[in-house]
Amino acid sequence: MIWVIIIGMALVTVIPRIIPAFIVDLIQFPDWVNKWLQAIPYAALGALVFPGIMTVVPEKPYIGVIAGVVAILLAWLQIHVILVVLSAILTVFLLTI
Amino acid sequence: MGLEEKQWIKMQIRDGFIAGSPIFVGYLPIAIAYGVLAKQAGMTLLELTGMSLLVYAGAAQFMGAGMIGIGVSALEIIIATFVLNFRHFVMSLSFINQVKHYAMKWKFGLSLGLTDETFSVSSIYKKQGDQTYGYFFYGTIMLSSYISWVFGSFLGGVLGDIIPQNLSQSMGVALYAMFIGLLIPSIRKYKRIAVISIAAMLINYLVSPWIGEGWGIVVGTVFGAFIGIFVLEEEKL
Repeated sequence: MIWVIIIGMALVTVIPRIIPAFIVDLIQFPDWVNKWLQAIPYAALGALVFPGIMTVVPEKPYIGVIAGVVAILLAWLQIHVILVVLSAILTVFLLTI
Repeated sequence: MGLEEKQWIKMQIRDGFIAGSPIFVGYLPIAIAYGVLAKQAGMTLLELTGMSLLVYAGAAQFMGAGMIGIGVSALEIIIATFVLNFRHFVMSLSFINQVKHYAMKWKFGLSLGLTDETFSVSSIYKKQGDQTYGYFFYGTIMLSSYISWVFGSFLGGVLGDIIPQNLSQSMGVALYAMFIGLLIPSIRKYKRIAVISIAAMLINYLVSPWIGEGWGIVVGTVFGAFIGIFVLEEEKL
């Protein structure tokens, strides 16, 4: 039964992922749709970060927010993304000791 | 194949490793945590690793393993997975449109490896993907992330809780920080992008208590990006 679940989960996950590979060639999108598609990464990044980041330490949502602010500041100062990630990890670690 | 072409491919693969390294590092502890949870939910090592190989979607796997543990029906689990992962359709549409000029086999192969994280990195480094053999750059990001996820799940299933709890909790912020680290340089270059991201955050925040996390991200992304149609200027993208 677990394999039925796994294969079912795999199909409903992979089908939406691959459909665009087949349809993008067939349709000529108008300019505004292309612009919308170009804006999607920035919207997705926003939606992926918030409010999810508040669940890093579920009982203390502010810890995720503080780590997020640290990440924003360091990224703004053009620190490399790997160091931004490590600093955010360290921030949560220090706040949860 | 000429020497110069080989150099290009090598360079794209190397750059793919570098660009994908935060995902590789970020996936490991999460995958280990998934492996531990799935084992506790009663899944065998083969099943839990198989789920990572075939489903390859973090949040859905945590949810799926949890639901298997409490005996939820297969149909309910599969429907919940569809809802949670439908956001990848929107992301894939955006990504494939960006690499429209690639051969079909590459579009197909790369779309298989699309997750929140690989999509984010690939979209932000889109200039690299437009260069010669850019698909090797993307392919390396996709493949290294996949390996990290599958290997980490297996490790979690075999070893159990090897990472101390407060360290694994701290590492839970890694992918959020990576998303921030990818987004901020774009905003720094072009401030109007912030309008889109903040709108998407607020929409997600307002609607997810009503429609759930999966649809919340979809609705936030779709409508946040709609605002982009009005605020972005074509020549600055």
